[in-house]
Amino acid sequence: MITTSNLSKTYNDVTVLNIENLDIPKGQSFGLVGNNGAGKTTYFSLLLDLIQPTTGHIKNNNVLVSESEDWKPFTSAFIDETFLIGYLTPEEYFYFIGELRGQNKEQVDALLAQFEDFFHDEILNKKKYLRDLSKGNQKKAGIVAALIGNPEVIILDEPFANLDPTTQIRLKGIIKDLAQTKGVTVLVSSHDLMHVTDVCERIVVLEKGEVIKDLATSEATLKELEAHFSGVAEV
Amino acid sequence: MIKHFISLEWKSFFRSASFKVNLALKILMIFGALYFIAIFAALGAGSYFIIEEKMKQDPLVVINKFLIFYLVGDLAMRYFLQKMPIVNIKPLLYLPLKKDQVVNFGINKTIISFFNILHAFFFIPFSIVLIIKGYNPLGVIGWHLAILGLFYCNNFINIFVNNKDAVFYSVIGVLIALGALYYYDVFDITQFTQPIFQAFYNQPYLAIIPIISAFVLYKMAFSYFRKNFYLDAGLAKKVNIAETDNMTWLNRFGSVSTFLKNDIKLIKRNKRSKTTVFMSVLFIFYGLLFFTGFVEAYDGPFWRIFAGIFVSGGFLFSFGQFVPSWDSAYYPLMMSQNIRYKEYLESKWYLMVIATIISTVLASFYLYFGWQAYAAVVVGAIYNIGVNSHVVLWGGAYIKTPIDLSSNKKAFGDKKAFNLKTLLLTMPKLILPVVIYAIGHFAHGEVLGFILVAVSGVFGFLFKNKVFGIIEKIYKAEKYKTLAAYKQKN
Repeated sequence: MITTSNLSKTYNDVTVLNIENLDIPKGQSFGLVGNNGAGKTTYFSLLLDLIQPTTGHIKNNNVLVSESEDWKPFTSAFIDETFLIGYLTPEEYFYFIGELRGQNKEQVDALLAQFEDFFHDEILNKKKYLRDLSKGNQKKAGIVAALIGNPEVIILDEPFANLDPTTQIRLKGIIKDLAQTKGVTVLVSSHDLMHVTDVCERIVVLEKGEVIKDLATSEATLKELEAHFSGVAEV
Repeated sequence: MIKHFISLEWKSFFRSASFKVNLALKILMIFGALYFIAIFAALGAGSYFIIEEKMKQDPLVVINKFLIFYLVGDLAMRYFLQKMPIVNIKPLLYLPLKKDQVVNFGINKTIISFFNILHAFFFIPFSIVLIIKGYNPLGVIGWHLAILGLFYCNNFINIFVNNKDAVFYSVIGVLIALGALYYYDVFDITQFTQPIFQAFYNQPYLAIIPIISAFVLYKMAFSYFRKNFYLDAGLAKKVNIAETDNMTWLNRFGSVSTFLKNDIKLIKRNKRSKTTVFMSVLFIFYGLLFFTGFVEAYDGPFWRIFAGIFVSGGFLFSFGQFVPSWDSAYYPLMMSQNIRYKEYLESKWYLMVIATIISTVLASFYLYFGWQAYAAVVVGAIYNIGVNSHVVLWGGAYIKTPIDLSSNKKAFGDKKAFNLKTLLLTMPKLILPVVIYAIGHFAHGEVLGFILVAVSGVFGFLFKNKVFGIIEKIYKAEKYKTLAAYKQKN
């Protein structure tokens, strides 16, 4: 589904990302881990064509993302609060995204109904604008908005951060369900090793912009990751 | 302790984003400030003679008569522009500082604010002239101190009423009504207020009253903030009760309605955009300077068109030049969605057209100054809709200033908004219609001038799709630069 070749991004002679080859097949739940500055968000931004690659390219379903915009209808993302429109209420925001993705109000409502649990009665009908919600609730709204319109690729940057434990567990269920039963390719980054090993079939470790581990998740993965990152800490 | 506060202030002032400009602009800004100071000072010194000569009345009496409106205008201006002293205080809360000190400092800061000093440039020269002209010095000093006290009352009142929109608008509403009643000779509030101000001159010791009230208001402001000095009280961000509004009535605009709904909410729900609307209302009255002959330099016939463009196009200019910056806060979202640029632009265009039409209707009172005045407004509106709406959007495509919707900072011009490209684009906006009118005016007369401007407006309308195509190309070409620029918050 997503092919990355010879991709690099350089700012003022500092290479922040350098991925020679990375293929993510359709329907995979893919996890990206790495310390601050490892290049996770840079990779996602390149994937969404928000920044330009210095060399190389990414193909999303055979669409060259830096050249064509045809990847947009089947790709959605929540990276940070710049994906939220602060002066809208959550409902208005969902309908707006829905309209952009060709969904009418009823379809959006039907989708939202499935996430009643996830919202925990803190998002809808609260008479608050998105800008006035807490960070965690903003994130919930952003994540659900990324699910509108049956996207085939969903990119979530640090979806677990700022969420309460209950919501984290529910989110894990949602992500697993998307990849396993609906065949959606889900890309997730996280600092929480336990969560990624829980939800992702495959985990890639980035360090200073390079892929240094590419693991198919198994029983041993969490141990291996923990060993790796505590090793990094000791160096 | 006070040393720390002052050094913090100093740094926040000189490290603020508006100071990070190049030297030439800095010098320009200094000249600009000096210019305004000079204007006010000249007005202060000169108004005595102007009033004496033109109105043949005692200048002090005349000033006292209008002082009530001046004071209220000052309060209104403060309400919109003067920032609250308490905003930057959060990081100081948990530090080992006495709360009284912090609150005191915050309020004291407002005392030396620009909004207070500005008036000194008017009233000090005026008072000096009064003394020179043989008014009783003691009386003048008393009067001057009383006015000073009143301005400080305003200063502290503003601290209370801030964020109390309902109170503020009702007070302003009542005073505008009184102003209108005065204008139409129905009821003259100045009859009651003028003697009060006059009394400060006649009985200088009365000046103690406004000074004491300023002091009392200071104490009240102090205890108000001291009491509410908690994150969930006085320092809390005001949270508006949100109404979900699906604006189904806009669906008749078809596919554009998606964006149009958003844009209307954007204007309704954000401070910065509300200021833009307020400013465009002021622009409607800008023409008064031209059509009343108030400023002699503006009497030439060509200035009419110039005025007409501004009267009808206030919103068009102040809103349009910042498209797409209005959406800067969530630009990455827009760029990762399937945005139909044409509909996006069209929505902004509709808004500007609607605002231009409303302004033109509201400006019908210019008929009072003769049909030429209103004709200028109407053809100005046609030209604005036909030509300027496109040009403004075009210019906006080059402006990459992120807009903070929740604050009024930089609402009045932004140095990044002036680059060579946007400067070049002002030519067709303002100069071209004046030239077109001049051609018609000289060839045949004012009617032909008006017709030519209107025709060129209609003609420009034909190029709408072409220009939208160009803007779309610019948006795409500049996408990464724009995203990077919007990311840099001040």
